[in-house]
Amino acid sequence: MRTDLLADGIDGLDEALAAVDAFDQVLTGGLLRPQPAQAAGLTGLAAAVAGTPLAARVAEAAEKAAAGTAGDDHFVALAAARTALLGSVHDALTARAEEATGRPGGEWTAPEPGGQQPVNVLAAARSWLSDLARCGWRGIDHDVVSGAAQVVSAMLPDPALRRQAALLDGFAAELAASCPGAALERVPARRWADLWSRAMLLTLPGAAAAPPAGEATGRLLPLGVDLQEHATAVQAQVHAVFEPADGATALLVRASVSAPKPDTVVGAGLWQLLRPHMSLLAAAGEGRSMDLVGMPLTAEGDLLWSDAHARQGEPADAFSTARVALPTATGPATAPLDRHPARIAVPVFLEGYTAQQDGERLTFTLAGQQLAVDTDRIPAAGPLTPEAVAASVACIGLLRWDAGSFGVQPLAVETTVRKRPVAVQAGAWAGGTADKAAAKAEKAATDAAAVLRERAGRLLRK
Amino acid sequence: MSDWERSSTVRVVPPAHPRRLAKVPFVELADGRLQGVVSSGSDIERVYVSSVSAGSFTFACSTNNNRPCGGARGYFCNHIRALIGEAVLQYGAERVTRYLRVDLADHGEPSVLSLHAAMSAARPAQGDRSAAAPVFSRFLRHLAYLELAPTTAPLPEMQWFPPTRAVA
Ligand SMILES: [Zn+2]
Repeated sequence: MRTDLLADGIDGLDEALAAVDAFDQVLTGGLLRPQPAQAAGLTGLAAAVAGTPLAARVAEAAEKAAAGTAGDDHFVALAAARTALLGSVHDALTARAEEATGRPGGEWTAPEPGGQQPVNVLAAARSWLSDLARCGWRGIDHDVVSGAAQVVSAMLPDPALRRQAALLDGFAAELAASCPGAALERVPARRWADLWSRAMLLTLPGAAAAPPAGEATGRLLPLGVDLQEHATAVQAQVHAVFEPADGATALLVRASVSAPKPDTVVGAGLWQLLRPHMSLLAAAGEGRSMDLVGMPLTAEGDLLWSDAHARQGEPADAFSTARVALPTATGPATAPLDRHPARIAVPVFLEGYTAQQDGERLTFTLAGQQLAVDTDRIPAAGPLTPEAVAASVACIGLLRWDAGSFGVQPLAVETTVRKRPVAVQAGAWAGGTADKAAAKAEKAATDAAAVLRERAGRLLRK
Repeated sequence: MSDWERSSTVRVVPPAHPRRLAKVPFVELADGRLQGVVSSGSDIERVYVSSVSAGSFTFACSTNNNRPCGGARGYFCNHIRALIGEAVLQYGAERVTRYLRVDLADHGEPSVLSLHAAMSAARPAQGDRSAAAPVFSRFLRHLAYLELAPTTAPLPEMQWFPPTRAVA
């Protein structure tokens, strides 16, 4: 990988991010009684999208917001402008990542629109988000934050609204834990504005749809498992190389499984929740391939997993896949609305680096260039540790970008034990494990889930 | 702006620390209170709904059938003690102290003991039973998460919620 390219500047990036930051300060203060600095932030955002089809609507929205009279539709327009700006940042960063990995990305083809979504609950979500924008992060209190609870409760049972529900639930819990906003030492301005903007756009009917664009038949070679969680939701994504049976170019794909959860289900409990719903988790953990027949695949390279379309394949070591199959695979395209730097997660294979630990910070030095290693993202319920990463000689990871720089999230590493390479996967315990260290955590998680199910059985249906 | 303020994926709330749930299946810092549900030791059908308000430490404890707790007469009952203990396990003593706005000046480092001592020393008032119904319904809502079907459609927004090895 050409790590040198990752450290180079990108034209226009600072200007786009400056407009984003200025708008994020607007949301920090809130739009109930806008101050001159906030009006400037709004004007700056409108100016940044002046050359786009959004120009007129955003200019009007900025004016209304600066006067303290913005309505729901105006807030949607502002969220769209911010999303468009970060979309352009995403595109520039993705192009840079493609240059560095030497792997081309896919072409986006818009799928047929999906099914209808209930309009009322989406409008209720929009209205809550507008209230947040008026309060500002510094003005949030329990009253305004608790407005999300009803919306989330209405959304959760509908699988078509799971995207919105998981986002709003995680966002609202974070805001609730941060109340009152006036007492906050510091505000995660970029993050909360991201979550707000995404939630706002996902209230537009059809925005969250990701229908299948085709079917996948062929061999799936797992690279590793990426886990994501907040208090009441968890998602595991398996990154893999898909080799079509018809001999077409191999593709980088993802397969996801997610579930809502009580906040006390953590650690090994997360795998226990997900494991029965995707046989691929066990395959990825054990180093096996899977054979797919007619598995639905979206235009973004997401397999819509169903065990009915998959069966167990031959053993396939992730490091062999990374060395042999990954370099020739094509990357997926990204849906227009999903273009955001935080979405960048490019599978990469690294070797020949020097690992350097400086306090909490770990870096890999490759051809004289430093790459930060985010070991904090390694799930606790797994055999991979920051120490193993620091001692590694090869690494399968996800190239990501946050707060101004690229970094790598390890999914698996090779270390040398008695002169032999030993692979350790972050998601090795995803499908279950015989590991002694894991057994205790598995047992504790089973017990916790059993208590909750017993309590639910006794109290829930009264 | 700092890197922290310009990060999309900073972890604002650390995940709950794993704990045994048999005695206290539910505890949360919400609605300006430490609140939760404590299973009765003698009757499997009965739970106690207990809470302590932030700042004033006004406390309440009653059963899910709205009968007053015999132990909460003028001071914290065993259920509230258990609730504080489990909250400290789940969230860490610092976060509980901060959320409840407890001044530990004369009581040492944040811990179950110091929290209990400092709040008791403030001679908090006993609240009415009105808090119990909403807390119990939040508990039921919490349990209902177990009944929601997992999905294999991707949730792109979960990219904003990475795990962290840091625990509460
Ligand atoms: Zn009691």
